[in-house]
Amino acid sequence: MSQTLGLVETKWEGPLVSVKDVYKHFPTGGGLGRGAVVRAVDGVSFEIAGGETLGLVGESGCGKSTLGRVIMQLQTATKGSVEFEGRDLTKMHGEKLRQVRQRMQIIFQDPYASLNPRMTIGDIVAEPLKNFGLGGRRDREKRVHEVMRVCGLNPNFANRYPHEFSGGQRQRIGIARALVLTPSLVVADEPISALDVSIQAQIVNLLEDLQAKFKLTYLFIAHDLSVVRHVSDRVAVMYLGKIVEIATSRDVYDTPLHPYTKVLLSSIPNADPDLEVQRKPILLKGEIPSPINPPSGCRFHTRCPIAQLPICAEVEPLLEKKADGHVAACHFAGKL
Amino acid sequence: MNLTTEFGNAAGTVRAVDGISFEMDPGETLGIVGESGSGKSMTALSILNLVPEPGRISGGQILVNNQDVVSMTSSELLEYRGGDVAMIFQDPMTSLNPVLRVGFQIEEAMRAHSRFDKRQAKERVIPLLQRVRIPSPQQRAKDYPHQFSGGMRQRAMIAMGLANEPSLLIADEPTTALDVTVQAQILELLKDLNRELGTAIILISHNVAVISSLCTRVMVMYAGRVVESGPTRQVFDHPEHPYTWSLLRSVPRVDERRHERLISIEGMPPDLSRLPSGCKFHPRCHFKVDRCSHEEPPLAEVAAEQEARCWVLMRNVSSQAQALKT
Repeated sequence: MSQTLGLVETKWEGPLVSVKDVYKHFPTGGGLGRGAVVRAVDGVSFEIAGGETLGLVGESGCGKSTLGRVIMQLQTATKGSVEFEGRDLTKMHGEKLRQVRQRMQIIFQDPYASLNPRMTIGDIVAEPLKNFGLGGRRDREKRVHEVMRVCGLNPNFANRYPHEFSGGQRQRIGIARALVLTPSLVVADEPISALDVSIQAQIVNLLEDLQAKFKLTYLFIAHDLSVVRHVSDRVAVMYLGKIVEIATSRDVYDTPLHPYTKVLLSSIPNADPDLEVQRKPILLKGEIPSPINPPSGCRFHTRCPIAQLPICAEVEPLLEKKADGHVAACHFAGKL
Repeated sequence: MNLTTEFGNAAGTVRAVDGISFEMDPGETLGIVGESGSGKSMTALSILNLVPEPGRISGGQILVNNQDVVSMTSSELLEYRGGDVAMIFQDPMTSLNPVLRVGFQIEEAMRAHSRFDKRQAKERVIPLLQRVRIPSPQQRAKDYPHQFSGGMRQRAMIAMGLANEPSLLIADEPTTALDVTVQAQILELLKDLNRELGTAIILISHNVAVISSLCTRVMVMYAGRVVESGPTRQVFDHPEHPYTWSLLRSVPRVDERRHERLISIEGMPPDLSRLPSGCKFHPRCHFKVDRCSHEEPPLAEVAAEQEARCWVLMRNVSSQAQALKT
């Protein structure tokens, strides 16, 4: 099928994505370049291996969505490089970059805002094929129906409009649109947080099935640590523009090393009443500091239950290997 | 407090809440869990006799502190709402007036009722802000809502809700818009207030874990009906209704030991204007039998204090349930 459409398929052995020291700063509009900058992403490096799911978790404003968009080249990095299949995307422009986009797609949070209400869902799903001039009308239609079917949508509904569908079905449409070009990387930015609880499980299961079927690589961005842990092979935790810990999803729960990860875990209520009575939430003091003027040293030190002065306020901890496949940025990792 | 509710509620001819009954003791914490459209918010608004047009309470009785809410005059309602029963909502920004100082708005909540006089109302603002753990309350009382973070705004709303010392506080998805660490702070605050002041709390949420964290009793709603209720521990440890059972297994648990596939509830919550016959959950139920499609089960006692609306009950299908998980 994909051959008849002339979709690109490449063989690449190294890490599918490697993000190297990426910064994304937004000017706040002080005028004439003298304004302050929002340090949304502030020096972040990690890799995503082909076929894995990397979960990216953090609270609102930590920069996780910006990071996802920078990887997708929907926003240009202020500094640093994003390599995809070994090629630096930040150095690519125009047609070359456009061709790479076939291989990387994004699914958005709000299935109501991310679909054009005036297009039929068949046209919405076919549009990426059209944009890349792939296949004839007949081939495209066949491919659209095929993709709709694997995403759990009835192909007979291809002529209907988005408003005729529920939130869960719209999210399936968004997923079908992302998959129609058979990408290798899919960035899913809070794909289930706008959905009803009973629908969330449908979409999580669908994403898992599709990954197994098409060997997809996911960057799964969400604020909900339990969902992230469930879908991910590895989890990266972000706080104020920095990654503070990366570990396998088992280690991140069993042996969290960064105090912020520990705080996040302790904050999640448990549906099991027996476990819930045992849970002792670690409550953070104060509010999340502004990314315009982040704290010196470790960014978490102003709220950290185990911060020690002066070191935590003066020396920024590096994201270092603490155990096999487990990195954390903390002077006192594992001490909480 | 003795609160018995039984009403069919008609927005057009849609019954958003269809004949539900429950009682609450003073100081009790009750959780109402359900998805959008299950009728949980309408139940709360009915308790305040605040059902939006064109809806109306079409039957039943709501007694709060032995006063019948449905038959109250509009002036009685003004004193009752925010006096005996206060409510806080999901989005604190839309509930606060953006052009008035936070302290003034809390004072105003007391001035609108007759429990405290003008001087008392003024004096109570700072202690109230302190009570909900807002740091430097003297200064923050002079701030405007936009100067507050989301969590602080919700604290301010809670302070306003508590201003007239209500016997019941209804919190409708109070933490849904908040980050988990802030959610944890608000839940702890609600727990403390319940303990310190003895204010009864109805917590409405789609999140079973949030309910488990705060509420001693839980009511699970589906399509305007209560499908299961009982002590939270009992219901969540031994759910008997397939909807409750599936809901508990459709969300990943942060402590899961190995990767289990989530139980997905197929289809969508039903359209209230076209409800299925029989049990309203049967089209999506993994365990339905013939009877379910034509005869609606009653809410019946299934264990001490636990009621479920189901012909099958999970205890009778444990092997089938096990098979679903693998």
